[in-house]
Amino acid sequence: MAQHTFRVNGESVTVDVADDVRLLWVLRDVLGITGPKYGCGINVCKACTSHLNGKAFNPCSVQVKDVGPDDEITTIEGLPDTVGADLHPMQEAWLQRDVAQCGYCQPGQIMAAVALVRKVRAEGRAITDDDLDGIRNVCRCGTYTRIREAIRDGAERM
Amino acid sequence: MTTTPGHPHAQSSVRAHGSPPDGISRRRFIGFVVAGATLTVAAEVGGAAPASAAVPSAPQVPELYDLGDLQTHSALPTSQLITITVDDHGLAHFAIPRMEVGQGITTAAAMIIADELSMRVEDVRVTLAPARPELVFNQLTGGSNTMQSMFTPIRVAAAVARGALLEAAATALGATVASLVAKGGVVTAPDGGTRTYAELSGAAASSTTTAVDVELTATSSFDVIGTPRSRIDALDAVTGRKRFTMDLDVPDALPTMVCRPPTLNGSPRSVDNLAAVRALPGVTDVVVVDTGVAVRAETFGQCIDAVRALRVTWDGGPVEGESDDSVLRRLKAAELPMTVPKVPLLAQTVDLRFEFMFRSSAALEPNCAIADVRDDRATVWAGLKAPIVAQRNIAKALGLPIARVAVNVVTGGGSFGHKLFGDAAIEAAKISRAMGKPVKLMWHRADEPRQGRTHPMATSRIRATLLAGEVLTFEQRHTSIKTDFSHGLGERLTAMASELPAGLGNLGLAESIFTLTQELPYDFGVVTQLLGEVDMGFNTGSMRNIYSPDVACANELFIDQLAKKLRKDPLAFRLAFLRNERVKACLRKVAEVGQWGRSMPSGTAQGIAIHSEYKGATAVLVEIDCRPETVNRQVRDAVTGPRVTKAVIAIDAGLVVNPRGLEAQMMGGVSDGIALALTSSNHLQDGHFLEASWDNYFYTRQWNVPLTFECIVMPSDAELPGGAGEAGVAASVAATACAYARATGTVPTRFPVNHGTVSFTPKTFVPPVPPSPTDGLAHTY
Repeated sequence: MAQHTFRVNGESVTVDVADDVRLLWVLRDVLGITGPKYGCGINVCKACTSHLNGKAFNPCSVQVKDVGPDDEITTIEGLPDTVGADLHPMQEAWLQRDVAQCGYCQPGQIMAAVALVRKVRAEGRAITDDDLDGIRNVCRCGTYTRIREAIRDGAERM
Repeated sequence: MTTTPGHPHAQSSVRAHGSPPDGISRRRFIGFVVAGATLTVAAEVGGAAPASAAVPSAPQVPELYDLGDLQTHSALPTSQLITITVDDHGLAHFAIPRMEVGQGITTAAAMIIADELSMRVEDVRVTLAPARPELVFNQLTGGSNTMQSMFTPIRVAAAVARGALLEAAATALGATVASLVAKGGVVTAPDGGTRTYAELSGAAASSTTTAVDVELTATSSFDVIGTPRSRIDALDAVTGRKRFTMDLDVPDALPTMVCRPPTLNGSPRSVDNLAAVRALPGVTDVVVVDTGVAVRAETFGQCIDAVRALRVTWDGGPVEGESDDSVLRRLKAAELPMTVPKVPLLAQTVDLRFEFMFRSSAALEPNCAIADVRDDRATVWAGLKAPIVAQRNIAKALGLPIARVAVNVVTGGGSFGHKLFGDAAIEAAKISRAMGKPVKLMWHRADEPRQGRTHPMATSRIRATLLAGEVLTFEQRHTSIKTDFSHGLGERLTAMASELPAGLGNLGLAESIFTLTQELPYDFGVVTQLLGEVDMGFNTGSMRNIYSPDVACANELFIDQLAKKLRKDPLAFRLAFLRNERVKACLRKVAEVGQWGRSMPSGTAQGIAIHSEYKGATAVLVEIDCRPETVNRQVRDAVTGPRVTKAVIAIDAGLVVNPRGLEAQMMGGVSDGIALALTSSNHLQDGHFLEASWDNYFYTRQWNVPLTFECIVMPSDAELPGGAGEAGVAASVAATACAYARATGTVPTRFPVNHGTVSFTPKTFVPPVPPSPTDGLAHTY
């Protein structure tokens, strides 16, 4: 066992866990942060999508030893705080469109959407259908159309 | 929730559901005010509608209950009822004896209660009831039946509550009940005096259980039902607060996974390195169970590592050595013969045969369950659509009385038929018993397509005869790997009945279900549709819409060929032969909205199809692009292929409780339909399925989503809701297949159309799960 210190949702945390345990399990099984979901464990379904220093990443595929005290992990639980509100504009767009069905993939979808909007904005352009086509998050309920609408809506609100 | 003994005569003499006796208004029903300190009301769920002749008779009572249960329940005449409680905060509580899996039944139930009780939807709390064996046939979520079976009972219970609240208000406000107005949880008297439900709850409560005659409000005066509402759990879903089974914090229920066999349903013979694996970091327990070798550890990541480290010798399973082709040969050999009636010599014959591959019904949330098994009792938490059956099977597996097994139903991360079975719950209970500790069991994603339930492989052969522009005969022989129905299906076809001896085997039941679900709404002369089954030991189950996606796909493709033979337009042909006005209305609507017949470039085409089921009708129009530049478009590690560019679906679902929820179900149905027609299947090779994750199993992804989607909810004057959850799938598969055939000029006969290409390198079978990646930081954006 080894101690690892990093930041989650605005707070510094220290966990006592083996170096190679993937962050998804550190978040879920050790810290009890359950917003990021397991859907495949091999960085394919993207249900665990969260942010590392503001960029989308998948904690199922990162060992705890690879993050340090200055690294900030944001999960869906911490997303509203990044804008100092009860809800992030993308979450509001999700509610407006009533996107979720079972809801299992939606934390990851929202985190992916926020990162996509930021990325496209940094490139100085608007979201295209190709951008939306490139989102890899699986939704087995098939809410894809509402996801696309909500991302465009959320981008305007952001 | 308060229930206490009441009048023994009450339940035998009343029916709170179904057709009321002659002479009583169609909206008059009887419910109960249940004894207690707060207002609790009740109604009978489901009711005992008479079974049709084709359906097996109900099981004998002793098989469901022993004498002790009977004594307990005979003292509780309202125990088999569903109850609504209005508490002293003015909130209405209802534990629905169904499972929410994303289909929106908790939202719909809240809307029904809010409407009948004249209160805000936000003030209704709907939770999922645990297994309640006394409900017998009335706690099964399937067949898109929840709103059909629960609409009236929920309304009756809410109406009883409303009546009790109004009576209490009349006393408190010194007014007559008839003069009071209830709105938003507040009752107002003519003189302006008011009382809230919160204030009235205690006074409205009764010290005895009393049967009450209620009249439901007219459907024309609904003000919540029929309006678009967002889901009651939407905020929890978008904030990550929604709790699924694996998110529950049950003390000491540590992560647990199973090392599974390389072949389907194989079993462990011996383990070479038990001690070494028990010593791995984080691992607390390793035990051999019938399905494999279970490991329990501090984290799921360490479970995965332990599963990969195990060295197990396996016995092969029942389908060792089998492959797609060998199963197809078995199906072909089992196809029932056509029984062509005598037709004139000049008649033309059209004969086509379609094949449908195995498909995984797994949801995004994999099979999972928490079990805490002690010597004399067990508690289980899981997503279960048939919790009574699961409870019975867990009790049987543990050798415990049913009453000592508590089964909590947890909202599911999708189901699509997968959670009809208690596979994970039963396995978790066995593992907890073997380890002597609580466990939180999760299947690895790889376990799902490889060992989990599948929609069975099937073939559909259709032959029709034509003469002088008329269809004289239409014969269909659907032949399928056996579908496991031991979860029960609806109130009338029960799990217990399917397991009864004396000729009520699964085949008879399956044929009954096939017959009860297949409707060909065309005037095609002599029509016969028969089901044949082959049992080879696969893990199967009903996948969103059971037989219909395959059957409708075959039928509608075939019908396009009949139209072609008669030189008729597919839309005109259908309208000429359809005999169901609701289906025709849907078809005309999608043709109009989707601009049927518009000019399109070569390599692209429209397809149109219909389906009739769940007391409703659907029609779908899609446009597909099969041009090489589209088919070969590149998305990293993705199967692209033909793209459905537009989908228009019209649904007549009878009385619609929540049109926004219904549209959501249609969106999902279209997404499923596209996958079933074009991309999603399991490949069986040498006794195992090759697929192991979402990069192998090609459910619809964003790059295959229609750029235009439109859903039209058809107006209906029906008094009751039809089905929604499964209703959008069948016509969507069919329309996509028809469009593909028209765009390419080739009628596809094997589904999905890309099944012939294995477009991935199969992951290892030993170990059975892939390693957890470590390069996540190289893929941020």
